[in-house]
Amino acid sequence: MLKHIIAAAALLASTVALAAGPNIPLERAPVDIRDTESLQRGFKLFQNYCLACHQMQYQRYARSFRDLDIPEELGMEYLMFTGERVGDHITNAMDPADAAEWFGDAIPDLTNVARVRGPNWIYTFLKSFYKDDSRPFGVDNDVFPMVGMPHVLQELQGVPYKAYETRLVDGQPTEVYVGIRTDGSGELSEEEYNRAVADLVNYLVYAGEPYRLESERLGVKVLIFLAIFFVLAYLLKKEYWKDVK
Amino acid sequence: MKNLMNWIEYRLPVVEKMKIHMTQYPAPKNFNFWYFFGSLAIVVLVNQILTGIWLTMNYEPSAEGAFRSIEYIMRDVEYGWLLRYMHSTGASAFFVVVYLHMLRGMMYGSYQKPRELLWIFGMLIYLVLMAEAFMGYMLPWGQMSFWGAQVIISIFGVIPVIGDDLTLWIRGDYVISGATLNRFFALHVIALPLVLVILVFLHIMALHEVGSNNPDGIDTKRDNDGTVPEEAVSKFEFHDNFTKGGKKVIIDSIPFHPYYTVKDLVGLAGFLFLFAYVIFFMPEGGGYFLEPPNFEAANPMKTPEHIAPVWYFTPFYAILRAVPNPLFGAVAMFLAILALALLPWIDRGKVRSVRYRCGLHKLNLVNFCVSFVALGILGVLPATPLYTILSQLFSFTYFGFFILLWFYSKNEKTKPLPERLT
Repeated sequence: MLKHIIAAAALLASTVALAAGPNIPLERAPVDIRDTESLQRGFKLFQNYCLACHQMQYQRYARSFRDLDIPEELGMEYLMFTGERVGDHITNAMDPADAAEWFGDAIPDLTNVARVRGPNWIYTFLKSFYKDDSRPFGVDNDVFPMVGMPHVLQELQGVPYKAYETRLVDGQPTEVYVGIRTDGSGELSEEEYNRAVADLVNYLVYAGEPYRLESERLGVKVLIFLAIFFVLAYLLKKEYWKDVK
Repeated sequence: MKNLMNWIEYRLPVVEKMKIHMTQYPAPKNFNFWYFFGSLAIVVLVNQILTGIWLTMNYEPSAEGAFRSIEYIMRDVEYGWLLRYMHSTGASAFFVVVYLHMLRGMMYGSYQKPRELLWIFGMLIYLVLMAEAFMGYMLPWGQMSFWGAQVIISIFGVIPVIGDDLTLWIRGDYVISGATLNRFFALHVIALPLVLVILVFLHIMALHEVGSNNPDGIDTKRDNDGTVPEEAVSKFEFHDNFTKGGKKVIIDSIPFHPYYTVKDLVGLAGFLFLFAYVIFFMPEGGGYFLEPPNFEAANPMKTPEHIAPVWYFTPFYAILRAVPNPLFGAVAMFLAILALALLPWIDRGKVRSVRYRCGLHKLNLVNFCVSFVALGILGVLPATPLYTILSQLFSFTYFGFFILLWFYSKNEKTKPLPERLT
């Protein structure tokens, strides 16, 4: 058993060295879960681009429809593809064993991904794919190096590549990495793509805590009540304590 | 009605007990801010028990169903998210309140004679609370639930000879599994809460036997030998249990009810305001009350990048990691808690309150607080060489508090005590 705790200790000691964190600073995702239209667009993107592989198995269609002001008939027609019922969870038919074989690992469920990774991580991740022919799916990612998934949004973004420019550094012409560019084959402009990714992240943030807005509405009422209760309790105390000298 | 009351009172003296413990219980009149945390701890305990009962109605204690059932509670059960956040925030609030309650006891010497047993019951409550929180954190069956438990259970494995068998006995399996989850669930919802409630009852009974201490640390029950000035004696009526038929006079005290019940109501309102703010607006507590990896279902094949226990364990966890040898680390951690429990005997001083003790004691108390908080911060951080050295330093100053106290408290130069409460 000694070896267990040594292993645990070694694990903890090595966390910094081994942490497969992003190689690049994370961008700030413009999250606003009050923006229902953005959430609707994000939901649609999720259904069209993510759900084929990733599930959202703890969230029900009906819940997303209700919270995002989507009429059930419209939602069933345009956002549900394989004949589920509206009360069903948002799942797919991917066999985990197949997935492990195709992608080398289990495919993570995305219901809570925004709470696990944080919105900034996902936002930057979806903008950091670049062409790398040495990888099985032809792309790699600076936020998640050696990523085991294809760039599913490529038809929107175009083929992204790492752009370099020749600049003078200390008088020597040097190749400098200047960011990710695309070949322009995508359906969206750079600005539109950023917007689409933001919408998707926004939806994932919503899905992590679908009751967030309800919680904050109720929270305000509770705090107002408690503030009044505090004043009344204080006055009551003062009244009683008059006899204490 | 009157007859019914008398009939009951004769068989079960409810009114009499209410007088002893509430309306005619003498409480020193100068309780300050620090005295809110005892009653708040009871409020949080009740919150945990009530929300826990309702969570249990939809929770599924199995490796396959636990994580899913938590998400079901959060998403599909009406106000399930509120119950769950009240419970998860309540766990952290419990430790906040209990730590401040313990600090109060240390500042005003509430552990000193004759309140040693009261302190021991308090320490037992603290121990059971740690076990309760640890087992409760496992129930959502997220990544941290699993791997945190893995690390903590393996601590028992360092015990010579019986270590391996002991961890096997705790887990009920060769690895952490559904069997472990099931037994932790049973202990978390029945065994430990029962023990906790009994200990809290004993804690309060022990308190009411010896009476409450106060910020001045002087006795408020004096012998009625004519030396106590008339104006000091409380005008209120206290139960004969405390005045011993006139043998004792009680100075500067007021009945617990209604004076402290209404005062605690103010403290309760302030506490609930902060508590509700966290529940409704930041239930994750910045990743310290609910850790991000725990939103991912437990996966025995995938170790999280950084395993940190929840914040209330981290001071002791930092001490564990500060010692290079795992066995001695576990011993040091155990001693860190034992030293607190033995405080009534380590402190050989006669003056209770920090107000009238020597300057070194004040400094030493600050040293204790700084060390405890610093260890708590270091326990969350990864063990880099620098942090390990800092952990060793603060472990040293943590134990230094007790060692110094033992030496200087024997012949301490104290300030004169006041005759009455200030």
